[in-house]
Amino acid sequence: MKVKFRIRRFNPEVDKKPYWGEYTLDNVEPTDRILELLHRVKWEQDGTLTLRRSCAHGVCGSDAMRINGVNKLACKVLVKTLDLKDGGQVQVEPILGLPVVKDLVVDFEPFFDHYRAVMPYFMPATPRPGDGRERRQSPEDRARFDDTTKCILCACCTTSCPSFWASGEYVGPAAIVNAHRFIFDSRDGATQERLNILSEESGVWRCRTIFNCTPACPREIEVTRAIGEVKLAIQRNGR
Amino acid sequence: MDVKTHQFDVVVIGAGGAGMMAALYASRGAKTAVISKLYPTRSHTGTAQGGIGAALANLDEDHWEWHAFDTIKGGDYLTDQNAAETLAREAIDAVIELELMGLPFDRNPDGTISQRRFGGHTNNQTKKPVRRACHAADRTGHMILQTLYQNCIKEKVTFFDEYQAIDLITNDGKVCGVAAVCIDDGAIHVFHAKAICFATGGWGRLWETTSNAHSLTGDGPALVWRAGLPLQDMEFFQFHPTGLYPVGLLITEAVRGEGGVLINDKGERFMERYAPTIKDLASRDVVARSIYLEVQAGRGIGGKRYVHLDVRPETVNRYLAEAGEDRRVDADYILSKLPDITDFCHTYLGIDPTKSPIPIQPTAHYGMGGIPTNLDAEVISTGAGTVVPGLYAAGEVACVSVHGANRLGTNSLTDLIVFGRKAGKAMADYARQADFVPLPADPAGKIVAEIERIRKSSGKTKPYTIRQEMQKVMMDHVSVFREAPGLQKALDTVRELKSRYQNDLAIEDRGMRFNTDLLEAWELGCMLDLAEITTLSAIERKESRGGHSREDYPKRDDVNFLVHTMAYPEKGGIRIAHDRAVDLSLGYQPAERVY
Ligand SMILES: Cc1cc2nc3c(=O)[nH]c(=O)nc-3n(C[C@H](O)[C@H](O)[C@H](O)COP(=O)(O)OP(=O)(O)OC[C@H]3O[C@@H](n4cnc5c(N)ncnc54)[C@H](O)[C@@H]3O)c2cc1C
Ligand code: SF4
Ligand code: SF4
Ligand code: FES
Repeated sequence: MKVKFRIRRFNPEVDKKPYWGEYTLDNVEPTDRILELLHRVKWEQDGTLTLRRSCAHGVCGSDAMRINGVNKLACKVLVKTLDLKDGGQVQVEPILGLPVVKDLVVDFEPFFDHYRAVMPYFMPATPRPGDGRERRQSPEDRARFDDTTKCILCACCTTSCPSFWASGEYVGPAAIVNAHRFIFDSRDGATQERLNILSEESGVWRCRTIFNCTPACPREIEVTRAIGEVKLAIQRNGR
Repeated sequence: MDVKTHQFDVVVIGAGGAGMMAALYASRGAKTAVISKLYPTRSHTGTAQGGIGAALANLDEDHWEWHAFDTIKGGDYLTDQNAAETLAREAIDAVIELELMGLPFDRNPDGTISQRRFGGHTNNQTKKPVRRACHAADRTGHMILQTLYQNCIKEKVTFFDEYQAIDLITNDGKVCGVAAVCIDDGAIHVFHAKAICFATGGWGRLWETTSNAHSLTGDGPALVWRAGLPLQDMEFFQFHPTGLYPVGLLITEAVRGEGGVLINDKGERFMERYAPTIKDLASRDVVARSIYLEVQAGRGIGGKRYVHLDVRPETVNRYLAEAGEDRRVDADYILSKLPDITDFCHTYLGIDPTKSPIPIQPTAHYGMGGIPTNLDAEVISTGAGTVVPGLYAAGEVACVSVHGANRLGTNSLTDLIVFGRKAGKAMADYARQADFVPLPADPAGKIVAEIERIRKSSGKTKPYTIRQEMQKVMMDHVSVFREAPGLQKALDTVRELKSRYQNDLAIEDRGMRFNTDLLEAWELGCMLDLAEITTLSAIERKESRGGHSREDYPKRDDVNFLVHTMAYPEKGGIRIAHDRAVDLSLGYQPAERVY
């Protein structure tokens, strides 16, 4: 089938302002991924089209973009899921809330700064076991934080959050998810420090539970639930 | 062009598992920087699914000696036995170290790290599969990558994210730095360093059907080659038996480890014929060839080029019962152990693997060869093992050689951690006693000229056209089965493509900022170099061993070819020599490989 692409283009080296580039592709299969089709545009029609990508199967988190108005990984969207008619149109834009570098590429630094700010690393609660072996953890304790270990830092959640759009100061759902991964790990001992960080002005209370983030997550993490658990933990800690 | 210069004791190129492990250790003793063309968490280590091998013996009796032997046998005896020993011995402590860094492994009821079966891992006495693959669901690599990045943040390692290394700088034959392009603004940076480590991963994008990321274009080996150094065992590239048909993305061996079986069009579990003892869990080269032979004999599903991987509980339980095992599985168990695989099948094919079999075909997966190193991750320049001072390599890009002619599943992740750590320690030690080799005058002059040639290229052939043709000819003639006429055709084609690349290239983006048109074209140059070296190495190995299967030389030939291939750059061409001996220090003599 034939598919039209309407892609938000902007190269600050040459363009005064963003514009829509339009491209038509023939011989599109229903099982084609949007990433493959963007590659076809780039490789067959316009080499200047710029995007990030690597793994091509939804696990590296490189190619978050707005596809028909919704945040997605381009490599995880198949044409057939878009309900297109022959000649139908797909609109592709960069994710919102981070500065555009060029076309679909945004500046990830503010996103990673927020991530790094929540102490996203293991701070052991106990010394190394004397027998030289692993720390033990029950399957139940391990299951407690399983969901939030799946995060690939793609930013689909944070850049779909109205509170983040309103203020880039807000650490955003992705950073909270990554704090949750440690707060609820029975082996970790820095819960209080992380809760202190997240109870600050830029922390969890900026979240108005608008739920945009959960459906945006390509890893199907229950983002809002994780945020709720962190909020509850802060309240229990009397802050 | 404006060139910025930095100085670090140690520079690590690549931020996958090997690069970050090396960086953690190096940065504890030396001023260290990591350069990566991707954000570290986008590295391909994150896609590794099934597990990391170590004889922890948490569930079954196991010993590092068994792990070492399985590695050697899996490698079809081309594995250096001292390297297999190092890997298997240090694996245990390496996995424990990852756990202590916070890695959330799956757990056994007693709280220890959970382990599962994987191809080629056996109890050496009973020859039965042993549970050795330590895992975190089917996203073990993701957890390793995240954990290492988290620890790098904790230890304040310096990263240059989205900087792509494009030249290894030498002065009078001595290694002294790296030139890199800052992808964001196109500026060229020179990193002056005492010690440099390549950890740039694989080059599976040479082939049409591959499990590898778009970024795996072999930049590292190409840079080392262009600096006048050899590459080892390049003909050995692993095709993983179970790539999703038709996209090629990987379906982990853990599916078979959990009890999944391969089925042909007649409903037969055909691996019973090819590997009577461990069947579907034979090593990868054996399984990939078996699938090809089934397809060639017309027993692909519906006569097509794929077979089925069946992990439906009823199928798994039937074969478990047949094998006299007590274990039984249900759909929930499969889902809990293979959540990502389930998601891939659903997203890309619209099927539920607990209800329908998965269509699979072999897919290009892993480079056993690469930059030759010794056991301390030091790069060597001759078959005799001459060390190149200040140059190191670790991870998939390196050839120690621990994987020989065929890598066992789970051994790459082990390799990253064990040899990444060794590289980091060795570089910190080296930096402490060595001085900087001065940079040559105009250290980036040559590479800037090459980049500008590509930026301004205005021929008629798009990089995409050349890349497609290369990938197709490599898939047709330099994949699971090979023979002289096909290899020669591949070599001729690749050489012709190289000349078009030099003389008739056309790119469209002439800007400085985030110019992926240019960088993809530059990467294509790397791939063409490696395609030529791989094909020539394959032509010169006139035997069949591990991942290298010659239809015209179907037998292994230990008299003439129990030796590593070294490809040396010479007078603008390639000289192949079989001058690096295989280490046999554990005393395992080559035997026939039966599974
Ligand atoms: C789908 C899949 C599943 C796998 N599953 C398993 C498994 O279960 N168990 C197992 O043991 N192995 C597995 N493997 C193999 C294993 O994952 C890889 O071999 C391993 O992760 C490679 O790690 P690395 O650190 O060497 O390189 P990578 O993780 O690939 O990292 C390469 C790094 O180099 C950087 N880089 C590359 N070129 C440049 C350049 N020019 N300049 C700057 N930076 C550069 C990249 O940005 C990246 O950071 C799997 C492989 C695949 C493809
Ligand atoms: S639930 Fe909170 S974090 Fe998620 S989108 Fe809404 S405001 Fe943002
Ligand atoms: S929580 Fe989900 S959407 Fe958000 S960054 Fe992580 S993987 Fe992406
Ligand atoms: S390219 Fe890796 S997530 Fe899409």
